[in-house]
Amino acid sequence: MKFDTIIIGGGLAGLTAGIDLSRKGQRCLIVSSGQSALHFFSGSLELCSLDEDPFKAISSLGEDHPYTKIGYDNIIRYSEAVQPWFKEVGIDFVGEHGKNHWRITPLGGFKRAWLTLDEYANIPSDGTMPWKKVALLNIDGFLDFHTSYIAAGLAERGVETMVKGISMPELDRLRENPTEMRSTNIAKTFAGDLIGALAARINEYAKDVDAVLMPAVVGLTGSTDVHRLKEMVVRPLHFLPTLPPSVPGIRIQMMLKNRFQKLGGTYMLGDSVVSGEFENGRLKSICTNNHGAVKFEADNFILATGNFFSKGLTSTVDGVREPIFGLDVDSLEVRAEWYRRNMFEAQPYMNFGVSTDGCLRAMKDRKPVENLYAAGSVLSGCNSLKEGSGAGVAIISALHVSESILKK
Amino acid sequence: MEKNKIDTSFEQCMKCTVCTVYCPVVAVNPNYPGPKQAGPDGERYRLKNPLFYDEALDLCLNCKRCEVACPSNVKIGDIIQSARLKYGNNKPKLRDYILANTDIMGSLATTMAPVVNFTLGLKPVKAVMDGVLAVDHHRTFPKYAGQKFETWFKRHALKKQEAYERKVSYFHGCYANYNHPKLAKDFVKIMNAIGYGVNLLEKEKCCGVALISNGFKDQATRQAELNLGSIRKAVARGEKVLTTSSTCTFTMRDEYEHILGLHNEDVRDSINLATKFIYELVDAGQVKLVFKDDYTRRIAYHTPCHMEKLGWAIYSTSMLKMIPGVDFVMLDSQCCGIAGTYGFKKEHYNDSQKIGQNLFRQIHDYAVDMVATDCETCKWQIEMSAGVTVENPISIIADALDVEATIKANRK
Ligand SMILES: Cc1cc2nc3c(=O)[nH]c(=O)nc-3n(C[C@H](O)[C@H](O)[C@H](O)COP(=O)(O)OP(=O)(O)OC[C@H]3O[C@@H](n4cnc5c(N)ncnc54)[C@H](O)[C@@H]3O)c2cc1C
Ligand code: SF4
Ligand code: SF4
Repeated sequence: MKFDTIIIGGGLAGLTAGIDLSRKGQRCLIVSSGQSALHFFSGSLELCSLDEDPFKAISSLGEDHPYTKIGYDNIIRYSEAVQPWFKEVGIDFVGEHGKNHWRITPLGGFKRAWLTLDEYANIPSDGTMPWKKVALLNIDGFLDFHTSYIAAGLAERGVETMVKGISMPELDRLRENPTEMRSTNIAKTFAGDLIGALAARINEYAKDVDAVLMPAVVGLTGSTDVHRLKEMVVRPLHFLPTLPPSVPGIRIQMMLKNRFQKLGGTYMLGDSVVSGEFENGRLKSICTNNHGAVKFEADNFILATGNFFSKGLTSTVDGVREPIFGLDVDSLEVRAEWYRRNMFEAQPYMNFGVSTDGCLRAMKDRKPVENLYAAGSVLSGCNSLKEGSGAGVAIISALHVSESILKK
Repeated sequence: MEKNKIDTSFEQCMKCTVCTVYCPVVAVNPNYPGPKQAGPDGERYRLKNPLFYDEALDLCLNCKRCEVACPSNVKIGDIIQSARLKYGNNKPKLRDYILANTDIMGSLATTMAPVVNFTLGLKPVKAVMDGVLAVDHHRTFPKYAGQKFETWFKRHALKKQEAYERKVSYFHGCYANYNHPKLAKDFVKIMNAIGYGVNLLEKEKCCGVALISNGFKDQATRQAELNLGSIRKAVARGEKVLTTSSTCTFTMRDEYEHILGLHNEDVRDSINLATKFIYELVDAGQVKLVFKDDYTRRIAYHTPCHMEKLGWAIYSTSMLKMIPGVDFVMLDSQCCGIAGTYGFKKEHYNDSQKIGQNLFRQIHDYAVDMVATDCETCKWQIEMSAGVTVENPISIIADALDVEATIKANRK
């Protein structure tokens, strides 16, 4: 079976590349084992958080960093397209292109962010709080949202919070089993006809406050219910991230996948690429679990299998490996150097990833594979946690690789 | 023969609840505990004490959509089905016996097809089925054909097969044998046109999918062993065993091992869906298909749940796209609600229809001439609920095929 481009991994990087290439007329296949980092999405895209100005931060990164390989001017160009690009898919992000703002973490901290979903709370870059008094609501029995931490974080910045719990009889069944009281299950319940009743409960606490903050537990399959809820609540309503799974992350994953399929792309979920056949420095075909001996051929391939978290990289006694093709991996030989004792320091293993040349082509036996590109968190040389660059690297590298393929 | 392997994949569960997002039953029925709780969570308790078994597990469709979505490879659907077989104390009813024994029903009905078709459609009969047997009266029953495929094959096709050097075996399944012999005949027509002779298996029983879901494990195991025996003989002759039903394929390849605990590794790769087999031949340039000029249809493809699990929809859709006159539309992959015999039961009828709502609406919106799908029960459900003709891709290819030209193109 033959495609123009085959993409391995259906997370943010794989889907971005798949949509971009399909839009420009390519016949694409995405094979994805399963869940991606989007299921853990905070509601905010990070581009580079080392400075208030993400581009200033980007220009100071080392030469092995994927951003440096992609090039400053390209990054400016791609990044300008991100917001409209998501809007076309039906996902609204807000934020200033050249300036990071702040988002509130599930533990009440403040972190820099580049673009944030419009239904989420976001704080201007100078840190002035938009509210004096807020109602901070949780759903009774929901353990993945910690109002006490968030209230403390807000108090430090001079915001008075009124913490309240809301309960609805429709959730009683979920409450019988604590591990069922998860964001996705609540969001399944808080939909359709129940939005009106939910708004009424929220409004009981919304009278004397500047805004209402609540966990992101609405809008699993689309943003219609979110907009309806916001309209019915009498004060501005903002969501805050919960612990995983992330309701908006799952929605974004589904919407991107649908968009890709509507553009004619083939998405094979629940299947894993297990091997590839190389010939004259090119990847010729791949094989997957479900399809046995069938070979999927393509002119170009994109490896977007993520980091350790998504099994795009694995660590064995012999070191760090890229498990499908055995590509070259940048890591450290001595295992003791992988980790720093202090958990809060930047961890060296976070920089590990597949080696690439200047065009993001993956290296095998120290030579670039002519038609195999890498994109997203499988790339070496970036530490998304430390730099706050996760989604940015995924999207920007995917767009860059897609452009390189189309230019060929 | 039986393997006594306890599936421990439930220990891999990290409680992420992603499976629950994709379960079609959770979406419509608040009384269903959902895949995580019915599967890995429940298994932990059931292993401690079987009294923890919850009859609500009968609500599971065995669609496996939870498994496809699970990032940790937990065999959620298998865990639930195995638990039902092991602990379920809702004794199967006479109704379940009738629905599950598709081949006994089939052989009785075929001989009396006109009478049976007539009676199954009759209001008073439906009322009795509804009241006494709890088969929902809204259901239209699949029609039974007057002559079984096997009988037709022996009388009209068997001899001709000797002329072919290359051969495949055909597992026709109950539906093609009793209800819709045209599908089986279409299969023989295509295979012959591309230069392959068709053998039937020495003995064939229903694959057993309905026996498994209705709690008849022993009978399912006996039938599975008989089928595997026949399949082994075909494989020993050097033949692949092809089917025209995604569910029979999935059952024999995966459920025989995962649910019934039988060894099938030796023949698993030889059990193949006809569209996949033919696609691979065409793709490798080993056979050619020539289509009629005047075949034009707007066709939407529906991915049956077990096809989604196999991951093989791409072969059937690629085959359909090869037909020049086909205006192809892909439907979102979602459960149609029937899940074999599930939707026939009175207690499930409403859920079954609710699950299929979105699919029926999408089919309607796309204004297609016809829906293509690889599963016979999806066909019944969609024909009844969306009011559109549904055909197996094999039948569509056979109708669009220029047989003479194809024979010529493949003559060596
Ligand atoms: C827990 C977590 C939370 C994060 N939150 C944020 C955030 O809020 N904001 C932000 O900007 N960044 C965040 N990041 C950074 C994150 O890395 C990026 O945002 C981005 O989502 C990474 O996308 P990706 O497509 O490169 O990888 P992934 O999202 O990891 O996707 C890789 C995909 O490849 C599949 N795959 C792996 N191996 C195979 C195979 N052999 N065959 C087929 N498929 C395979 C996996 O199943 C997976 O679906 C987070 C990272 C993690 C780990
Ligand atoms: S998706 Fe898999 S890991 Fe997640 S809760 Fe369900 S069974 Fe457990
Ligand atoms: S097999 Fe289907 S019906 Fe059963 S739990 Fe899984 S998703 Fe739900």
